[in-house]
Amino acid sequence: MDVSGILFVFLGAQIIVATVGTVWSRNPVTSALFLVLNFFALGGLYLLLEAQFIAVVQVIVYAGAIMVLFLFTIMLLNLDNERALAEKFDLRKGFAVLLGGVLLVELLYIIGLKTPIPIKQTALTTVQLGEAKYIGRELLTNFLFPFEIVSILLLLAVVGAIVLAKKNFTTSPKS
Amino acid sequence: MIESYLPIFAQIVVAIVLGVLLSTLGVLIGPKRKTAQKLTTYESGIEPVGAAKERVSVKYYLVAMLFIVFDIEVVFMYPWAVSFREYGIAGLLSMVTFALLLLAGYFYIIKKGALEWD
Amino acid sequence: MPNDYLLSLPILAAAGWSVLLIILEAMLSRAALTRVFAMLGFALVGGLSVIGFPLQGLAFSEMLRIGGFQHFANIIFCLSGLLVVALSEKYLDDENVHYGEYYIVAFISVVGMMLLAAAANMAILFIGLEMMSIALYVLAGLMRRDVRSNEAAMKYFLLGAFASGLLLYGISLIYGATGELALHKIAIAIQTGSASMLFWIGFGLLITGFLFKISAVPFHQWTPDVYDGSPTPAAAFMSTGAKAAAFSALIVVVTNFSTLLQNSPTWSLVISSIALATMVVGNIAALAQENLKRMLAYSSVAHAGYMLVGIAAATPDGYSGIMFYTLVYTLMNIGAFGVVALLESKENLLLASDYAGLFKHRPMLAGAMAVFMLSLAGVPPLGGFIGKYKVFAAAVDAKLTWLALAGVLASAVSAYYYLRVVYFMFMRDPVGEAISAPATSSLAFALIAVAVVLLGVFPTEILRITDAALKFAQLPTQTGF
Repeated sequence: MDVSGILFVFLGAQIIVATVGTVWSRNPVTSALFLVLNFFALGGLYLLLEAQFIAVVQVIVYAGAIMVLFLFTIMLLNLDNERALAEKFDLRKGFAVLLGGVLLVELLYIIGLKTPIPIKQTALTTVQLGEAKYIGRELLTNFLFPFEIVSILLLLAVVGAIVLAKKNFTTSPKS
Repeated sequence: MIESYLPIFAQIVVAIVLGVLLSTLGVLIGPKRKTAQKLTTYESGIEPVGAAKERVSVKYYLVAMLFIVFDIEVVFMYPWAVSFREYGIAGLLSMVTFALLLLAGYFYIIKKGALEWD
Repeated sequence: MPNDYLLSLPILAAAGWSVLLIILEAMLSRAALTRVFAMLGFALVGGLSVIGFPLQGLAFSEMLRIGGFQHFANIIFCLSGLLVVALSEKYLDDENVHYGEYYIVAFISVVGMMLLAAAANMAILFIGLEMMSIALYVLAGLMRRDVRSNEAAMKYFLLGAFASGLLLYGISLIYGATGELALHKIAIAIQTGSASMLFWIGFGLLITGFLFKISAVPFHQWTPDVYDGSPTPAAAFMSTGAKAAAFSALIVVVTNFSTLLQNSPTWSLVISSIALATMVVGNIAALAQENLKRMLAYSSVAHAGYMLVGIAAATPDGYSGIMFYTLVYTLMNIGAFGVVALLESKENLLLASDYAGLFKHRPMLAGAMAVFMLSLAGVPPLGGFIGKYKVFAAAVDAKLTWLALAGVLASAVSAYYYLRVVYFMFMRDPVGEAISAPATSSLAFALIAVAVVLLGVFPTEILRITDAALKFAQLPTQTGF
């Protein structure tokens, strides 16, 4: 096994442990911190796939910003009574287990395939594709329009967040 | 390819080892003389009142949401910044347009008083 | 080839105008003023689309495909936005949520719809869909102190985010199978090679995402709760503009892969079955509703079914029928929701029986509502009839006679619940006091009703435009001229 193989096993194990920890732990804050670990390991996997830019974004946005939102939500909800949070096994959970089982079978089937599913290769090597330099070039040439229009989407997020979440949000004086 | 990340990996290892080592050493070789006074939460501070888990205000959440929007703006700037000379004036203009559009959002936030803490 | 900026002027103008609205609202905080500017913006963008109608081509590194189809769709979106904004003020005032942001968010939603219709690349497809949907989540939850509005926003957001996830996964699988993001390039890649299993899975997920947005069975469960809890004008917007946009995107995707899909019996069978299920479930559920908002919600599910018949036909005639249908549906459904909103905001009158004797007090309003109901039921010679006729005729031409027949039967069933409202308005005596409504809004509804009638009596001009509009959408590999 080469270096990337060892790293993959290491990161994969870390992800599994962190995921189980997220679901298992009683304290929601512990859950959230396990999730951070999970995100970091996922970033490592992106690096292994030579998607450097995605790895950085994963750490900056997910492990950084999104997790802050997670923690704020937890603290907002006042989840004091941890026992009340424990759910019983019901029909919905049964469905979840069933769906999970189907996914597992699917995954095993794909792994067991004799001929792998054909993935279209592009002219560039994956190393070039994953570099921030390449992504920047695409962003400012071919993808310039989507890039600029995303700013409108972000503006919408700003307006929407303020309308829905600002305290003491009042209607304007009637004309 | 992977090898170029060796310094980062080494740094992570050093950070973990150092953290674990120092705190273990503190427990192992530090002198311990427990008195009732010393075991209170804040020896010479204010007495703790109530539980540590308290509901935080939704105001924090709004600020966090607004932070994410500008965090994403930074994500878009990063690929441009790594080689901005290559893209020249045209690239700069594209980036400025993007930033100016978001500046309108910032202006809106300030004017609506979303960052005021009242 | 026309200039990129000239070609996509309506979209650029709409994006710029939404920034202007935000700055205006930030500086002055006057909802009434923002409203006027939003209406001006819709008129401007719609006007630009009318003027630029003959322009066609691909713009911005083949990100946008602009043609008659896109211009026609833009006009529908702007019309929907304009009408909804025009009819919202009183409702929002009565609910005490008259925020200027309402108009900004609705406007940005229209920008997203325009992107959806003009998408030549799956990146734009996704951005457009998100822009439209996120705006709609905000509109659904606008009444912040109302539990049901919060519930509507939450349900819509959770299910909508899930659908967006499916769509995004589909996009990534298609990219994996073909190595392309541009729709016409994917079509070429599939023609030269062959459509792999991976592509079909991705394509199925992509279509599922859209089926959710148009509330096709079995992805319709959110519709009644969301329409019921949202502010009524916002529900009108969701059921018309958003539905028209999702159908435009569906047509754009389907026309790009037309050669592939026309040779696939599975595709035809799947879409036909979904159309059938949507018509049946929507109409039967609507029969049982006493609350008019829920009735209209299920009716909008049923109408999505009729429109899907055109997709199942998979011919230019079918698509042109859908475009006409969405135009008529926008008018008649906003009219119906608007009347409901007007009466609801006054005294919370939501049951069909609450409309008893409306004709005696407000003959013009009752007359307009009757036109909307009859048109929704598909009674000739109103606009709704022509839309259905066009779509079902396309199905018959495509040898889907059974589907067309099922559609006709389903609309016969629907006549019951639409006519019930008419019956109450005209045949029953009023109970309680007179329902008051400002005369100006009665006039506005009368105008919309006249438009619905005119579309039914003189449809040929519009149908010629929709037929012609599809020409460019039909030529996936052409890069403009």
